[in-house]
Amino acid sequence: MSLVADPKAPRPPRARPSRLTTRGNTELYGWVFMRASGVVLIVLIFGHLFVNLVAGEGVKAIDFGFVAGKWASPFWQVWDLLMLWLAMIHGTNGVRTIVNDYAEKDTTRLVLKGLLYLAFVVVVVLGTLVIFTFDPCPSGSPADLLPSFCTE
Amino acid sequence: MAAPAASPARKPVGTLYRGREGMWSWVAHRVTGFAIFFFLLVHVLDTSLVRISPEAYNDVIGTYKNPIMGLGEAGLVAAIVFHAFNGLRIILVDFWAKGPRYQRVMLWVVVGLFAVTMAGFLPRHLMHVFGGE
Repeated sequence: MSLVADPKAPRPPRARPSRLTTRGNTELYGWVFMRASGVVLIVLIFGHLFVNLVAGEGVKAIDFGFVAGKWASPFWQVWDLLMLWLAMIHGTNGVRTIVNDYAEKDTTRLVLKGLLYLAFVVVVVLGTLVIFTFDPCPSGSPADLLPSFCTE
Repeated sequence: MAAPAASPARKPVGTLYRGREGMWSWVAHRVTGFAIFFFLLVHVLDTSLVRISPEAYNDVIGTYKNPIMGLGEAGLVAAIVFHAFNGLRIILVDFWAKGPRYQRVMLWVVVGLFAVTMAGFLPRHLMHVFGGE
């Protein structure tokens, strides 16, 4: 006889939780979102890493002029905006799951998730504003730090 | 009858995941995801410096170009590549009818794809970081 319960044996019925932990299908939609956004993020992030770290001079070439050159094109603005939103929602939901798994005290969980959602709002709002209010040719900056199209 | 429970050396075995590839890939997925998330927070903040001034951005991004940060970037890319390929494996386990049966084989496919991708990335990246040009 094995000491261990047969993994295929039916589980004993569990006591019903005293309160509902979720309402509706939110967790199901979250589960689907993780998979759908994950596939899109693979394309967006692999493209981002290739253009910024592999192509050309790699990380050595990244400076203000490089970023300004990219964001001069709506293509990279939309790419980075999509990447920012999807990655932040995907990552926040992942960390939320981790907090739910390991923080057993109600207050600990509440505080950690409060901080998490605060970080989410700050980073998403800041990142979105930066992508759309960015000035590639700020006046008064030395021309050698700016992309070449500023002086044309 | 001697009680079998008296043998303390027996460890729980026989579950599908515990202590095996399934569990360790799950642990690695958590750890890499957690690390990537915190890098993402920092990365949005450092990129936001473009809104302050070209000098402020160039100063901070300059620290990404030193060799220690270069190794950190290699680690970050490794975490992203594993998380990406293992994420596809999770999707196949969930949606492909034969996914659960092949989950262990698929982990070794993930490890293989990871090795190939890193073999392509690392030499080029380390050349950029440590190359003298």
